Amino acid sequence: MSQPVERGDIANPRARFERDGRPLRTKLFEQMMLIRRFEERLLELFGEGELFGTTHCYIGQEADAVGVINHLQDGDIIFSNHRCHGHFLVYGDRPELLMAELMGRVTGVVGGRGGSQHICFENFYTNGIQGGFMPTVTGMALAEKMKGSGNIAVAFIGDGTLGQGVLYEALNMASLWSVPLLVVVENNRWAQSTPVERELAGDMVARGRAFGIDAGEIDSTDAEELFGHFGDIIAKVRNEQRPHFEVIHTYRLCHHSKSDDMRPEEEIERFRKDEPLIGARAWLDEDEARAIEARIEARVEAAVRWSREQPFPTPRHLDERVARPAPMAFEASASDAGEGA
Amino acid sequence: MTTSTAATTTVLKSLNGAMHAMMEADERVLLIGEDLLDPYGGAFKVARGLSERFPERVLTTPISEAGFVGVAAGMAMRGMRPIVEIMFGDFLMLAADQLLNHISKYRWMYNDQVHVPLVIRAPMGARRGYGPTHSQSVEKHILGMPGLHVVAPSVLHDAGALLRAAVLDDLSPVVFVENKLMYARRQMSAEGGRIGDLFARATSERYPTTTVSWEPFDRADVTLVAYGGMVELALEAAETLFFEDELVVEVVAPSSLQPLDLAPILDSLKRSGKLVVCEEGTAGAGFGAEVISRVSAEGFSLLKSAPKRVAARDYPIANTRSLEDMILPQVADLVRSCRSG
Repeated sequence: MSQPVERGDIANPRARFERDGRPLRTKLFEQMMLIRRFEERLLELFGEGELFGTTHCYIGQEADAVGVINHLQDGDIIFSNHRCHGHFLVYGDRPELLMAELMGRVTGVVGGRGGSQHICFENFYTNGIQGGFMPTVTGMALAEKMKGSGNIAVAFIGDGTLGQGVLYEALNMASLWSVPLLVVVENNRWAQSTPVERELAGDMVARGRAFGIDAGEIDSTDAEELFGHFGDIIAKVRNEQRPHFEVIHTYRLCHHSKSDDMRPEEEIERFRKDEPLIGARAWLDEDEARAIEARIEARVEAAVRWSREQPFPTPRHLDERVARPAPMAFEASASDAGEGA
Repeated sequence: MTTSTAATTTVLKSLNGAMHAMMEADERVLLIGEDLLDPYGGAFKVARGLSERFPERVLTTPISEAGFVGVAAGMAMRGMRPIVEIMFGDFLMLAADQLLNHISKYRWMYNDQVHVPLVIRAPMGARRGYGPTHSQSVEKHILGMPGLHVVAPSVLHDAGALLRAAVLDDLSPVVFVENKLMYARRQMSAEGGRIGDLFARATSERYPTTTVSWEPFDRADVTLVAYGGMVELALEAAETLFFEDELVVEVVAPSSLQPLDLAPILDSLKRSGKLVVCEEGTAGAGFGAEVISRVSAEGFSLLKSAPKRVAARDYPIANTRSLEDMILPQVADLVRSCRSG
């Protein structure tokens, strides 16, 4: 990969989204389809022994990522958690970098040093300690406010993280100092193998309100509804430069990490009816949906193929960073196909 | 505050002056911690006068050590140069997760895409009757964390200059250990190879090691390694040994505990062949253990006798003076260790 990376909209999901002239529903479906197929393929690769370690999939929660992140612009910050694939793919739109990272390759998002729980891509960060990054992202948003940049920060946490004390230290300071921070709580109803009713007392939304932070909730897996809902919230956080705490009630259709699912099958089936991809696919006519699925299939396979060819880190990579590869030629043509259609 | 007054000022004035000068000259520098606002100016008054001059850049916080240490890290990652004041060094352990799983890891695990230029000032040490949770020297618990620098000024250093170097020149996160008793002491800096009647030399590192002797470095009987508040006790012991026993003790005072420059210690051992290491905290898995281990590996042939360490006894630090004295290392302990074969 010799050509330089074009900065352009690399850290500007909103600009990319707006430049794509297709209908909103089409764009949302395609982004969610990328997340879904990427992760399904990931699980297959785990099964075939091609990946190392563990992984935490987002299957069932895709509408949250597209509903929130498409509103974020250049300079805005995201801090995500162990379940970050969906967030990264909407923010960075570089499935091959994430696949290479998960395969432990030197051209992965962070050169194989982090795995998907510990990545940094422009203004996108993840860490694997539940709630531990909440002070960091609060400080990032505070710095942006002090600099007068107009940038905001978004933190993605889950229902399980509501058990961590440092979260409340961060919320307290975010409110005291009126920090432009949106906290998105994805309540997928399970903390690893523990159902939410056994790990959470009281009211989720009240935990934000207790600090004098505007807080709300939405029970939806409808990407279009979530997109509209968060458009207003993010505009408010940006314009009024103060925090907001929003709970999305959703559901994780897959296991927590690899092969640790002990949840009742009938519960999973009940939520499967509302999963975001089925509803979104029904927005489109069959030919369009199939064309998108074929394109996503090709993108994911290209990412897998490319990643397989990438080298593993060597001793010199303990201290030396490999420059980020340019987007694959295939990727460029795939996004061209979407433009102005 | 200029360097010409560095030798005649107290450690407290040196640190306070350095913060005034940095905040005056550099808008990225800010101070964050508990009870910092004037007229109080922090528990040990090191922050005095700053909030009146720079009200926007002195953030007095809730009692949330993990929270505000993490907030400062986030600000550092977005271009600021925050200084954190921990009220009592003991409370640093409330932010242990922030140090271990966040601040010290971000740069490397994110593939060198970020830096965390953060300085955490932590007043350590006993002999003031503050009891078990307000008197400890806990820095040994944070030694050995890759990615973290640990700096400890003593009366043989210009504390303000070290703080400036940590804040403005060091891109790594730094824990800056300040001994509480030392605040009122006058700094001694070497001029023309002398500190008063003593012979003195200092390395030219960012965080120098200062070595003093009662002879012009032509002969020595003992190499006594000390840092922080123990340096004063070491100087007192060395003076006693010179006049009562005609023993030449070289006091080697590093200002950087991590990374530790072993060269000045080995250089002194070439003359003395006898090593005594002291610290105010307990001995187990501590600074002395590290120094003795490295000297054994890198300079074993220089040792003519078994190395010794002087440290606190294995108890919490008592409140009452009589017990506190029994638990903490004293000048007499240093004298005894230096005398014994």
